[in-house]
Amino acid sequence: MLFALLGAHAASAAAVLAARRRLGRAAWVVGALGPAAVLAWLAANAGRLADGEAVEARAEWIGGLDLALDLRVDAFAALMLVLVAGIGVLVFAYARSYLGPAPRAARAAALLALFAGAMTGVVVADNVLVLYVAWELTSVTSYLLIGLDDEDAGARAAAQHALLVTALGGLAMLAGLVLLGQQAGTFRLGELVAAPPSGTVTVAALVLVLVGAFTKSAQYPFHSWLPGAMVAPTPVSAYLHAAAMVKAGVYLVARLAPAFADVGVWRPLVVTVGLVTMVAGGLRALRPFDLKQLLAFGTISQLGFLVVLFGIGRPEATVAGCALLLAHGLFKAALFMVVGIVDHETGTRDVRRLPALAGRGWRTVRAVAVASAASMAAVPPLAGFVAKEEAYGALVDGPGGDRLVLAGIVAGSVLTVAYSLRFVVALLRPGAVAGAAGSRAPAAHAPPGAFVAPAVVLAAATVVLGVAPAVWSGLVDHAAHALDGRAHAHLSLWHGPSVPLLLSAATLAAGAALFAARRPVAALQAATAPPVSGTRVYDAAVRGLLRGAARLTAVVQPGSLPLYAGVILLTAAVATTVALVSGPWWPGWPDAVGRTAHVPVAALLVVGAVASTVARRRFAAVMLLGVVGYAMAVLFVVQGAPDLALTQFGVETLFVVVFLLVLRQLPDRFEHRRTGAGRLVRLAVSAVVGVFVMVAAVAAAGSRTAEPVSRAMSEQAWPEGHGRNVVNVILVDIRGFDTLGEITVLVAAAIGIVALARAGRRPRPRARDRALTGEEVGS
Amino acid sequence: MRLRSVILDTTVRLVFDAALVLSVYMLFAGHNQPGGGFVGGLVAGAAIGLRYVAGGLDEALAVVPVRPSLLPAVGLALAVGTALWPLAGDEPPLDHRVLEWHLPVLGEVALATATIFDAGVYLIVVGLVLMVLDGLGREGDEEAEGG
Repeated sequence: MLFALLGAHAASAAAVLAARRRLGRAAWVVGALGPAAVLAWLAANAGRLADGEAVEARAEWIGGLDLALDLRVDAFAALMLVLVAGIGVLVFAYARSYLGPAPRAARAAALLALFAGAMTGVVVADNVLVLYVAWELTSVTSYLLIGLDDEDAGARAAAQHALLVTALGGLAMLAGLVLLGQQAGTFRLGELVAAPPSGTVTVAALVLVLVGAFTKSAQYPFHSWLPGAMVAPTPVSAYLHAAAMVKAGVYLVARLAPAFADVGVWRPLVVTVGLVTMVAGGLRALRPFDLKQLLAFGTISQLGFLVVLFGIGRPEATVAGCALLLAHGLFKAALFMVVGIVDHETGTRDVRRLPALAGRGWRTVRAVAVASAASMAAVPPLAGFVAKEEAYGALVDGPGGDRLVLAGIVAGSVLTVAYSLRFVVALLRPGAVAGAAGSRAPAAHAPPGAFVAPAVVLAAATVVLGVAPAVWSGLVDHAAHALDGRAHAHLSLWHGPSVPLLLSAATLAAGAALFAARRPVAALQAATAPPVSGTRVYDAAVRGLLRGAARLTAVVQPGSLPLYAGVILLTAAVATTVALVSGPWWPGWPDAVGRTAHVPVAALLVVGAVASTVARRRFAAVMLLGVVGYAMAVLFVVQGAPDLALTQFGVETLFVVVFLLVLRQLPDRFEHRRTGAGRLVRLAVSAVVGVFVMVAAVAAAGSRTAEPVSRAMSEQAWPEGHGRNVVNVILVDIRGFDTLGEITVLVAAAIGIVALARAGRRPRPRARDRALTGEEVGS
Repeated sequence: MRLRSVILDTTVRLVFDAALVLSVYMLFAGHNQPGGGFVGGLVAGAAIGLRYVAGGLDEALAVVPVRPSLLPAVGLALAVGTALWPLAGDEPPLDHRVLEWHLPVLGEVALATATIFDAGVYLIVVGLVLMVLDGLGREGDEEAEGG
């Protein structure tokens, strides 16, 4: 069944692409089938999952390697699926109005369906290698979605930025997962967490895995791709920020933290990175005038928060993480949808150009924005407040070190309140944030109801979950319990007058004060802005990489044929020397003369070889090489190897013909011969190579210790291969696979020769043109 | 037109057919006597090369009535086909067997499937020679024509 759910995403994507001309807006309905199926499945299995049962599926792939596609959905995976599929369906409904039947809409719908499927794959994978594959699929699909407008250079660059950063992190993660699997002896995520390995290798593996999670979840210092990714259409951004992609890193941290939080550097590393991200992202979110950019930095900040909560790996913090995960998904998706609606209807999302959003139709949008932003700022009684209370509570009751973390979280939350206020005020009273601006976009019509509906659903959920925490208390409890057996949640709005409540109040007050003092804060930020931004570092890294590659290529590929040949030959000679010197393999020199018949043939060989090196004309040199080849063939005959001799004769004949073909393109005589040092070097290289080839041949022939396989082959040729010609039986039967490979290479070489010959050929002028220009007259 | 040598021309024509017959004989005899697909293909290729030297590219290409690139394609298909064919009968790939028929005039005829594999090799070698001549020989001919 789980496989069918994944298949549904792929199938709906394929269907959208196949029928893109006929579907129009219906493409978005078809695309939503995958997430809708997941939701239906969740509803049907809710009872089992709530009982702490996990739904598993397994498809054997390569039994011998113990490779299998293992899928597993437990309560935490179910919580993620609620996000991925629930917000997925709403995003599809929203995109139907936002993109409609636009030119690239069908492609966007199909890709979004695949994106949702990939994210579902990340969540349901129980084998870390399967998880990696799904993980990279989210990278690839998000690359295509961010770069949806492929005629926009900015979109392409942003897409590439996202892909490079996340795929690079993904590679680090793959290395980490493989190490982790080797250490644990299993690649099943569930078994890995149940019996976690430890030791230095495990620590290294965890750091690598965390690099992957940090890049994916846009943690500092890998965050810069996420703000760039907002060039994507807003439905994509909403999904990417709220439910998919960036939540994958959080998901992985959440899965591993209960087992590995105490191993090595995990806790200090994860908590530090998360806190830095939360505070730095929050600070950056105070500056932009682009509302979408503000939300993007807000997401980075919130992701840092999530990483801290899950990364601590203590049951209470895990509970808070689960609650915040859901609350964040709800308000962030709604806020992105609001920005998208404003952008769509007014043509701008820049605060300095935003018109007043007056009128009855806008009232709903404003209400959604206020409720969702308030949830982001953790204003009671909303879902965000419930989650934030849990977080504060977990840290207040935790051990001493948590106080420091708590201080960081409070600081980040103050910033969150400030940028949430900034967002709301910017939307309701643009002038208050941006000052008296010059040209504002004209007032816009209110958006149609279907456009706003998905955001309303999300905002309503935010309110309901805040007012009635009992609704989702069970969901969070089961999810946290699935991650960590010690975790139990009891969400409530009112904990009584306690430290967390005081902290919440203080946070709100400080955030409001920070927003009220926005002018001096902005001036201070402008004065103390760090000289390097993440994007600039990324750009410099990419440029440096390309320049380094160009330089390296210039060194190792200078284009000098003699140099290449010299390096290859000397390497072969030196490697042989080392091997011969290090082993006791020298069998002694063989007899100078084996048979009398060898003498004239060898003389012919030597004379031909020497003569070919001193010949002045190319043609003569080729003919002399031919003499060497034929002499070799005669040697084979003398040794009693007719097959070899026949082949040698045939090859040699063709060799000479092909050489003649090539020679016609070259000058008749060799160009001036190098004198002095250059010539000496060549002579030396040739001599060294020649001597070592001979030495190696003698050593190889004389150092046999095992029974030669040729004997067994000769015996088997007739009974097994039905042939009396052993050479042929070896070629077509015993070593048939080798032959198959060789002839494939031969065919590839033939294609290559033809392609090369054609590439080097000048376009043939037609006969008439030739006569007119008189091109051939001189030749 | 290039200068043709009458002696070379006549000799090549005499030798050519004999060489082709020899190459096919080698292909079929190869399983039990010196020869085989590779050698057979080389002999045929050498014969075509001689034809090229004597009569030029067009005459060499006319030896085979199809496009040169078709030969390696068919050859590779034959070889891969015989390699995979045993899989259909749950045998390991490249497991050759001898097919024997009793034909009215010829009597007992035996054909090892290995020979079909070898025929693929033969076609690939001949095709390679033709493709090399076609690729490298054309421009040379033009220059020869021009001069």
